Amino acid sequence: MKYQDYYATMGVQRNATAQEIRRAYQKLARKYHPDVSKEADAEARFKAVGEAYAVLKDPEKRAAYDQLGANWKAGQDFQAPPGWNAGFEFRGADTGEGMQFDASDFFDSLFGRGFGGTGARSAGSRAAHARDHHARILIDIEDAWQGGVHRYTLQLPEVDPDGRLQMKQHVVDVRIPKGVKQGQHLRLSGLGAPEGTAASGGDLYLEVGFKPHPLYRAEGHDLYMELPVAPWEAALGASIKVPTPAGAVELKVPAGSAAGSRMRLKGRGLPGPEPGDLYAILRIAVPPANSAKAREFYARMKEEFDFNPRSHMGV
Amino acid sequence: MPRHKSFVLSAEILEIDLELSLAQLCEACDVEGDDIVLLVEAGVLEPSGDSRGHWRFAGASLQRARRALRLQQDLGLNVAGAALALDLIDEMNRLREELRRRGDG
Repeated sequence: MKYQDYYATMGVQRNATAQEIRRAYQKLARKYHPDVSKEADAEARFKAVGEAYAVLKDPEKRAAYDQLGANWKAGQDFQAPPGWNAGFEFRGADTGEGMQFDASDFFDSLFGRGFGGTGARSAGSRAAHARDHHARILIDIEDAWQGGVHRYTLQLPEVDPDGRLQMKQHVVDVRIPKGVKQGQHLRLSGLGAPEGTAASGGDLYLEVGFKPHPLYRAEGHDLYMELPVAPWEAALGASIKVPTPAGAVELKVPAGSAAGSRMRLKGRGLPGPEPGDLYAILRIAVPPANSAKAREFYARMKEEFDFNPRSHMGV
Repeated sequence: MPRHKSFVLSAEILEIDLELSLAQLCEACDVEGDDIVLLVEAGVLEPSGDSRGHWRFAGASLQRARRALRLQQDLGLNVAGAALALDLIDEMNRLREELRRRGDG
């Protein structure tokens, strides 16, 4: 288990006042809130900040955490010393602002899942919180593109014989509507899950996400892909074959194309009432100089071209 | 083509195909009716229908309601603050989109 440096996470000194910690939390929570932030790791950062704040805002937990000493480094291997928290009492449910987060192992080992209402709800208990009518489903871009029936494994809360809620895996076949986009919700009616499933009786909403794709990246109904071209194709122009979800098509690369320029393949994105476009972003691939002949050729280019790619930098 | 014995679940895209009643939206968001009424009063959600019992929410309301509720919970915002944040985020996304379009020249 890795030690978590909650002070570093919050960007405050170890002797920060409660007010300073609260301010730091407010600022970071706004900055990294997944509904607000566009940064790629916003969700992970937001969770880390939420966990740090849950400890540092609570005088008892903070004192217990401080007692571990200031010599630990974030990421260092950590075991809680036996009886480390003797004399501390973590009590009371958290109220007021602050998120519910999926606690790290480090947090759980210190403040435990056993402490009711420590402010951290682990993934399991978060699900148990509710008749949970939401799940996330990750699908391939091709599934969204062509629709059709696909098999998925869903985590659904289910009541066990003792009346506790547990996460159970269900394998279901879902007819994916053609053209579904990331962030949209699918409603599954007639879920048909076994008796006792928390979601039975109601509808289940699945928030759609796309699995990372080796070629395409989706934004709304548009798709983006990086398209490598040879230097001569970019310089002289060329008609080249490019992949699309519907199969390969011919694309004309104009002469004098620069790296990073975008070419639009209209209507080749995700289908729908307004079909999206597919954008190809050019990348110039440099042939390797891995033979005497190739090296000789590059040397001749150096002679023949009066070319300084850094002239605009004044060097 | 492999055939499975299990039956196939039909899925509808909430944002496009569906409307929700107040009760359905509450259930889907896991909140009480009053929480949703506050969002309607703040103009975050705009159902059709003249009274609570007849409200129909567009499918996209679910996403919007959940975002508003998360902002309230996570950032300690009140309803008006969450409504303002949502409006600004939407505006920002619209401008980003516009910027991207212009980038295509």
